[in-house]
Amino acid sequence: MTDHPQKRPSQLLRNLTAKAASVPMILTAVVVFVGGTVWTIIHSFTSSKLLPRLNFVGLEQYERLWATPRWLVAIKNLAIYGALSLTFSLVIGFMLAALMDQKIRFENTFRTIFLYPFALSFIVTGLVWQWILNPSFGIQGVVRSLGWTSFNFDPLYNADIVIYGLLIAGLWQGTGLVMCLMLAGLRGIDEEIWKAARLDGIPVWKTYLFIVIPMMRPVLITTLVIISSGIVRVYDLVVAQTSGGPGISSEVPAKYVYDYMFLAQNLGQGFAASTMMLITIIVVVVPWAYLQFGRQRRG
Amino acid sequence: MADTPSLEAAASRIPAVLRQLAGPRGPRPRPALSRRNILLYGTLIVLALYYLLPLYVMVVTSLKGMPEIRLGNIFSPPVEITFEPWVKAWSTACTGLNCDGLSRGFWNSVRITVPSVVLSIAIASVNGYALANWRFKGANVFFTILIVGSFIPYQVMIYPLVIILREIGLYGSLWGLVIVHSIFGMPILTLLFRNYFTSIPEELFRAARVDGAGFWGIYFKIMMPMSLPIFVVAVIIQTTGIWNDFLFGVIYTKPASYPMTVQLNNIVNSSQGVKEYNVNMAATILTGVVPLFVYFASGKLFVRGIAAGAVKG
Amino acid sequence: MAGSIVDKLIYPFSRAARAERSGRQAAERALVRQTARNAGAPSVSVRDLSLSFGNVSVLEHLDLDVKDGEFLVLLGPSGCGKSTLLNCIAGLIDVADGQIFINGWNVTWEAPKDRHIGMVFQSYALYPQMSVRRNLSFGLRSARVPKDEIAKRIARTAEILQIEPLLDRKPSQLSGGQRQRVAIGRALVRDVDVFLFDEPLSNLDAKLRSELRVEIKRLHHKLANTMVYVTHDQIEAMTLADRIAVMKSGQIQQLGAPHEIYSHPVNRFVAGFIGSPPMNFLSGQLEPGEPLAFRMGDVRVPLDRYAFDERSEEMGGGDPAGSAGGAGGNAPRGVSRPGAPGGRCVLGVRPENVTIGADGSARPFSHEVEIEIVEPMGADTLVWTKLAGTNFAFLVDSETRLKIGEQITIGFDPGRASLFDEATGVRL
Repeated sequence: MTDHPQKRPSQLLRNLTAKAASVPMILTAVVVFVGGTVWTIIHSFTSSKLLPRLNFVGLEQYERLWATPRWLVAIKNLAIYGALSLTFSLVIGFMLAALMDQKIRFENTFRTIFLYPFALSFIVTGLVWQWILNPSFGIQGVVRSLGWTSFNFDPLYNADIVIYGLLIAGLWQGTGLVMCLMLAGLRGIDEEIWKAARLDGIPVWKTYLFIVIPMMRPVLITTLVIISSGIVRVYDLVVAQTSGGPGISSEVPAKYVYDYMFLAQNLGQGFAASTMMLITIIVVVVPWAYLQFGRQRRG
Repeated sequence: MADTPSLEAAASRIPAVLRQLAGPRGPRPRPALSRRNILLYGTLIVLALYYLLPLYVMVVTSLKGMPEIRLGNIFSPPVEITFEPWVKAWSTACTGLNCDGLSRGFWNSVRITVPSVVLSIAIASVNGYALANWRFKGANVFFTILIVGSFIPYQVMIYPLVIILREIGLYGSLWGLVIVHSIFGMPILTLLFRNYFTSIPEELFRAARVDGAGFWGIYFKIMMPMSLPIFVVAVIIQTTGIWNDFLFGVIYTKPASYPMTVQLNNIVNSSQGVKEYNVNMAATILTGVVPLFVYFASGKLFVRGIAAGAVKG
Repeated sequence: MAGSIVDKLIYPFSRAARAERSGRQAAERALVRQTARNAGAPSVSVRDLSLSFGNVSVLEHLDLDVKDGEFLVLLGPSGCGKSTLLNCIAGLIDVADGQIFINGWNVTWEAPKDRHIGMVFQSYALYPQMSVRRNLSFGLRSARVPKDEIAKRIARTAEILQIEPLLDRKPSQLSGGQRQRVAIGRALVRDVDVFLFDEPLSNLDAKLRSELRVEIKRLHHKLANTMVYVTHDQIEAMTLADRIAVMKSGQIQQLGAPHEIYSHPVNRFVAGFIGSPPMNFLSGQLEPGEPLAFRMGDVRVPLDRYAFDERSEEMGGGDPAGSAGGAGGNAPRGVSRPGAPGGRCVLGVRPENVTIGADGSARPFSHEVEIEIVEPMGADTLVWTKLAGTNFAFLVDSETRLKIGEQITIGFDPGRASLFDEATGVRL
């Protein structure tokens, strides 16, 4: 595609090949991302059942949604799981990163061990922890056989603590990623700051708490956003580990969407639920984006 | 030159200073087993056990016979090692419909992953290249939409995609799923390639244009050969991500073409009758083998892929 | 400590005993520091210091004495070990062998915070999220200094460094010079004996560098503390130092006052490192005769006015510490027989010591040369010619008009030149 210096090509024809090659990106962005989202939101105001229909019923689907116990449980679970997962991911991930940053031997070995769960599917993770938490053969069974016969730990059958079973599995898989991000942030701290703190006589823990962590604010925020967007989507883990059970006690929004959209043949509810999920993400991401990019634009 | 009174001169007159000269020398004595080291390595080892435990349990369980499992606890090593569960998981385990084991799912996954990886990387690398070197009006707008879109929960877009695929006639076929994977892999891969291509010096690009090369010429002759490492990182990210996928696999394929993850879930969670835990664990390991292999083989590049995914904006 | 046998057994490990021991130690330390200082002992002493990173030896058997109140500059190219030496004195790196003393007290095993030193880093390393006041007080608060004492010290430091209006600002809101003062302030509030500077001006542009250089010199006059300063810039070294230690490959080549190092470099490396524009080096041999002369091609320089080092009068080797150059470290020992006729040697002449024209012919040595290149440098002009085939440069006033290809007479006084043995580089 050579330019003819004699004629001035029209604006549209310039870089034609580049534009043609970017068509997939343009199509995806416009049709799927924007178009699909808008389509779903619009149809959440309809009473579609098996097939999408454009008969508008206002906020009826949302009223149904918020009156359904299953949805309320799902939202509650997401909130608890989200808050705990976020907190513990950051704390454990940071702790791991701080430990790894101490110039230890076998650093590569340890990192390989902490990170390999991240390479596995959530289905694999869910199934293996389902097995470990098995009441007869798993942790409860083993501890009981060691003598503590009244030990109780069966998250898979106990509606009150099922969320903690999921949490253990989710943390096992996700903290390796947080560790990598935190470690990269730690390694970006100027070594001279450490030296200055040593000279000033500031103990190591205080240096971490009052000097290093405040300096890592951008990394922490980015990690927070990444973890959050992953948490909202949690689906595979629940399907594998608990199938939403016992009963509906470990339902999550993503599973609610799938079940209503494809199994219960109630598209309207599915659309409403997924729109609610979108709103949750917007609430988390928009302030961050504003802070991040607003700051960049202000220079 | 005037002599400054040296330390030794002062020491000869002041006993306290003389004592100093005979004092500590060389490196500070550090016991190998200092309190700090014990805390440090101790914590690391305890945490490492938490991470290694499931792997150990998976392997150990998959090598025991069922009677042994019913007797003992999951942590005890197998008394009698048997590979029968593995064989069963691969060739005769029952999902809801048929009983020919995970091998069907494995090959389905291969048939899904390979084209998806190739297609998604091909599209994204060209996109990234176009964005980095051939900026045209509106390019950044579309790119921003792409990135923002990657935050949108998939659930919001899955049904419209079903409709689109149905219209094209690809709903339920392997290629429909390949297209879906390419679509959702685009944001992060395009970001990856765009960032990499922007770091390649502009002079190379300009020199090539002066030589008369066009869009595709520069891409194939200059950009691709220079970016082998980033292609490898992209392959790692996509292979792991697509192989491990569950949601898209369950929505966009028919049961006969379910990927391994979906089949695995069916085998373990939907089978009626006696649960064969050892077969389940063997099946779980088999499903995890490919991504684990990619992980262990790629080493530092895997970490680099994560870092690339995390750097947004 | 009355009480039962158990009490007596536990006592040595109890907190009270530890406090008593450290109390005794503190008393001894105060005694040593005071008496050593009064006796005029050096502020910082390094004895037989050695350090390697892996298999590479960075410092080897280094000895150094820094006088009380002096401004000592460690000067050398990258990788010569000057920063490493500074970090060892600070206690940030463990040494492989040797001892370090500060005001007579052996600090080799002491933590950096217990050595009574302050350090200013290349990036200043101010804590970015804290105000200036907090930057200054954070270390003191960790040491559990009472609040009113902290306030007093901050006020005094702020007054000395004139940073009172900046106390509530954050580092990002300060200029380069202000940041430097705060970095120095952080050391000042801790009542230190010695200040260490690790290339604090290297990251700055030329204008800021010269401004802040003057500030450091002013500060030294005001505070009169001992200061050890690391740099690779010889202009900083010449302007700031009371004494300069020129280092190369982990060893001190020469230790002396700036003018001493400039006019009597003890080996070829020091001669080439100090002075801008750099010294001219002519390779030739010693011609026997009365007087001894330096011969290179058709160039013959009489050496009757040249002051040979006492060492070279003896037969090889000799006392390295007694030479006029005052090498305080490990200058390479001259083993050749310089002074022997026919020995190959190198004559070093500084461009600024060369005169032209009639003045030039009046010098003990003069020669005709042809001008090849003229480089105007503002105040002076650097002129390149060839002397017996070797490049030779000299400085003239920028008023002088010279043409390329012009033949001109140049001359210099061999008494102000330097002569080095070719093989070892040692000054003859």
